[in-house]
Amino acid sequence: MMMPQPLLQVQSLVKHFDVIERGVVRRKKIGIVHAVDEISFHINRGETVALVGESGCGKTTAAKVILYLEDPTAGEVYFDGVNVFETFEAGDKATRLKLRRSMQMVFQNPYASLDPRMTVYDIVSEAFLVHKHVPKEKWKDRVYEVLRMVNLEEYHAERYPHEFSGGQRQRISIARALAVEPSFIVCDEPVSSLDVSIRAQILNLLTDLQKEHDISYLYISHDLSSVRQISHRVAVMYLGQIVEEANTDDLFAKKLHPYTQALVSAVPIPDVEKKTMRIILPGEVPSPINPPPACRFHPRCPYARELCKLKEPKFEEYLPGHLAACHYAKDFI
Amino acid sequence: METSLLEIQDLKTYFFTEAGVVRAVDGANVDVRPKETIGLVGESGSGKTVTALSALRIIPRPGRIVAGSIRFEGNDVLAKSEEEMRQLRGPKMAMVFQDPSSSLNPLYTVEKQLSDILMLHRKLMKKEASQRAEYLLELVGIQDPKTRLKAYPHELSGGMKQRIAIARALSCEPTLLFADEPTTNLDVTVQAQVLELMKTLQRDLGMSMVMITHDMGIIADMTERVTIMYAGKVMEAADTKTIFHEPKHPYTEALLAAVPRVDQRRILEVIPGNIPNLIEPPPGCVFHPRCKYARQICIDSAPPLEEVGKGHLAACLRWKEISLKGV
Repeated sequence: MMMPQPLLQVQSLVKHFDVIERGVVRRKKIGIVHAVDEISFHINRGETVALVGESGCGKTTAAKVILYLEDPTAGEVYFDGVNVFETFEAGDKATRLKLRRSMQMVFQNPYASLDPRMTVYDIVSEAFLVHKHVPKEKWKDRVYEVLRMVNLEEYHAERYPHEFSGGQRQRISIARALAVEPSFIVCDEPVSSLDVSIRAQILNLLTDLQKEHDISYLYISHDLSSVRQISHRVAVMYLGQIVEEANTDDLFAKKLHPYTQALVSAVPIPDVEKKTMRIILPGEVPSPINPPPACRFHPRCPYARELCKLKEPKFEEYLPGHLAACHYAKDFI
Repeated sequence: METSLLEIQDLKTYFFTEAGVVRAVDGANVDVRPKETIGLVGESGSGKTVTALSALRIIPRPGRIVAGSIRFEGNDVLAKSEEEMRQLRGPKMAMVFQDPSSSLNPLYTVEKQLSDILMLHRKLMKKEASQRAEYLLELVGIQDPKTRLKAYPHELSGGMKQRIAIARALSCEPTLLFADEPTTNLDVTVQAQVLELMKTLQRDLGMSMVMITHDMGIIADMTERVTIMYAGKVMEAADTKTIFHEPKHPYTEALLAAVPRVDQRRILEVIPGNIPNLIEPPPGCVFHPRCKYARQICIDSAPPLEEVGKGHLAACLRWKEISLKGV
């Protein structure tokens, strides 16, 4: 049986940033931030994959590199069979635009990601100006159509971002992304700046849009509760690397990496009868400038043994479709 | 009946802005008993923070307490002079703010920020104050406290800054601690560390704590009783178990049904609409525009906060007619 080709294929993606000391005369490179270190994963059509991790784990950087908003250091990304980096580096304008149209992003903070001096109409129709995929006379209809898709009204088109609440603004950001009919949207913490009563509105909207338009999402978040709610598959990142990946239900049922165990146990459950035993990790996430050798998690891992300090664990499949990077993952099955 | 440590009644704190009067807190009742942790739940604009600031009488201008009473240890807080309030803040009531990067002074070292308080309130000499500061850092689980004392806030991580903010609030061993979303800006694993720390400290020091948050998970985990606020008013108050199992206010029910949970996937019930504008709050019950049980009566008259069970208060006109679902 031939496996269907995934929509997005990320292979050994690396992104390093140089740490530069600015001297009086010279600039000196004094270190490297290992923001993303050889991560690989794929997203199928109509699927939501969550990239989960704490601040500084490289999840947002990974997403930006995938969309070529940042230069990659190494690695490949294929979108629908097309080599993304090659296209953006060497392709002609038409192919580049075509690729841009299919890959969109919704940012975390809808207060910062919408231009305060543009009306909603301008914000959404700017995409038509760039991509020229909608004839001018149809602009208005199309703007109204995308606004309706995100449950906003036609009269909202003439307003400015400051006239909207946080949840409505995030709808506008989603409408802007939808304006070019993308097949893939990166959602970078789309609900974390919203009030709790508004979060469900946006999560449900994203799910509905996916069902209707077969859109794939890369859902970036540190909030495991919303990840559980929205994603089909989860990849957990720690210090620039993916340490565990599985279908959402499998991952929450059986956590093969001690970091995932700690992360999930740390989330308070809104239920008085369920008292989970929190695994409290000692210390904090180490600096990605000098990540610990061998297993990067070993200084904080409650199960770390000698081997973990000496040898980097391989990212291997332990159960069908369930991968982890831990020497002792077998013990947790 | 148990006596209250802090008793807030019919508190009204308004902000007199150019755009109009913002009714940030519009008739709030909160009581905190000795040695207990209560939760103050609400979304942005619900008035939970302003309620705490009112108790400490540190409301920023143009805000003012316009009505109500606040009693702490039986004394009228609103009748105290500014000098008497200064004696109260720190040794009696303290607060940990949401954002440690802005609540610590960037120009002073950790040592100075902690020992200044000790020298003022505890009349310690400089050297004793430093020693005490070092002990406090140890208490909140900071490794290598000697070096950290010399650090400036920008040299520390978010989790460490929040620990220092907690150490500062605890420096004079207050009887009541307000914790205003103390973990919202922290990563989950660090949040777990800080929550665990606060639990231990609360128990060991025997203080009362008011946990201000919008996270029902933290409420379930940390608190014994809960007060739920919406648009400046108290919607419901009861012990934590009752709130989760038998909510009597539609807002509580909706809130519980709308939050995603890490232990299960379920259909999220959306609360339609947005948080109301506090300059012109909706007539009648403030929640009626978003309430699925609302009837004409909810628009016409405002519900009183009435007793619906033992130690259980709710502000809903229809609480007897509707049956609500908990978790």
